[in-house]
Amino acid sequence: MTPAELYQRNREWHPPAYAPDYKTSVARSPRNALLSLQGSMSELTGPTFGHNDIDPLDNDLIRNYAQSGDPIGERIIVHGRVLDENARPVPNTLVEIWQANAGGRYRHKKDTYLAPIDPSFGGCGRTLTDADGQYVFRTVKPGAYPWRNWVNNWRPAHIHVSVFGAAFAQRLITQMYFEGDPLIAKCPIVQTIPDKRAVDQLVAALDLNATVPLDSIAYKFDIVLRGHRSTFFENRPEGN
Amino acid sequence: MVQSLHYLKESASQTAGPYVHIGLAPGDAGFDIYRRELGRDITGPNAQGTRITVTGTVTDGTGAPVKDVLIEVWQANAAGVYPGAGEVEEGFRGWGRVIPDFDTGVFEVKTVKPGAVMGRNGRLMAPHLNLWLVARGINVGLNTRMYFGDEAAANAADPVLGLIEQAHRRQTLVALADGNRYHFDIRLQGDPETVFFDV
Ligand SMILES: [Fe+3]
Repeated sequence: MTPAELYQRNREWHPPAYAPDYKTSVARSPRNALLSLQGSMSELTGPTFGHNDIDPLDNDLIRNYAQSGDPIGERIIVHGRVLDENARPVPNTLVEIWQANAGGRYRHKKDTYLAPIDPSFGGCGRTLTDADGQYVFRTVKPGAYPWRNWVNNWRPAHIHVSVFGAAFAQRLITQMYFEGDPLIAKCPIVQTIPDKRAVDQLVAALDLNATVPLDSIAYKFDIVLRGHRSTFFENRPEGN
Repeated sequence: MVQSLHYLKESASQTAGPYVHIGLAPGDAGFDIYRRELGRDITGPNAQGTRITVTGTVTDGTGAPVKDVLIEVWQANAAGVYPGAGEVEEGFRGWGRVIPDFDTGVFEVKTVKPGAVMGRNGRLMAPHLNLWLVARGINVGLNTRMYFGDEAAANAADPVLGLIEQAHRRQTLVALADGNRYHFDIRLQGDPETVFFDV
């Protein structure tokens, strides 16, 4: 039996492929219309992951690469739930994150920003959501960094987030921003998103209830994946 | 006013950026952190069927290779079964991540050739790999499929290829076959631009 179909992706809520203020998109955006496909097994199934795929420390960026001592920076907890558009939790799904260190430098052979590499900070983590769709990471707050777009562009502090869901067509990569950051409104990558409410949805809220007192401050970031259609009263042609 | 529907909105996509490897393939970013990186092995050791290698390049609208792209592959096994939807060989994940060579931009997928999969309305889909591309400058991950050049009859009957109105554009989804090796180039933009799907 084919798994339940997904709600159509709202392409007006997502950024367009061609967003000329984000210059790299100009040559990397298809010019033909996307071909709309109704879901088949190829789109409605997807890979699954288990606890034997990852290690318990993988979601602790303060410890998962530390050679000696902790990384420099503001200690933070990032937590939240992965939900679908029906507000149902997405359990046991893989969440992967990556980020710059507190100085705004990535541990990547192609990053040449003059801020120093932190010997104790790798900058990536991964975890599975629990039965309630909950996930949690511990890390340090990433720094803003300059990038070549206009001469004077700075990325707001952000964490890249990758999520799977149950269907390959739910696959999503997005970025989490931090409440109160004045660079959010100035960033051409953020501003590829046409709707201000969609931007607000990517801004994690300061969550004092989830802090570890005298240790780590917390931000809450819920991620929403596409919802599955109900199968009630559905026309199901033979073999579908 | 009417009642609220109370649906949530899908989180908006953002580009994976130039450093996607740090998160999803840190070994390629230049450091080892995880005991095991995910997506390095699509098939596992027990997969039945023909072992194949697919190579190709992703190019942008200027014709330059997109060397920082990350491609994810999702496929059925040789019997046409997706993991989770039926019995597959022990260790067959059907999913992998592929990074091109940073210098040449050539990617290589090592896997088994998938079988035909039942599609909608009882119509069989020709063997294919489902591909998802992310990179700097790609705002929403791009979905496409790779079909096999040595499956002409199955491709001609494929319901998804058949949806492509301009017959010559169907060829953008068909890999050139050379024995167990296939060549598949993806063009994000330009002529002939690969067909991408809104799935
Ligand atoms: Fe970044």
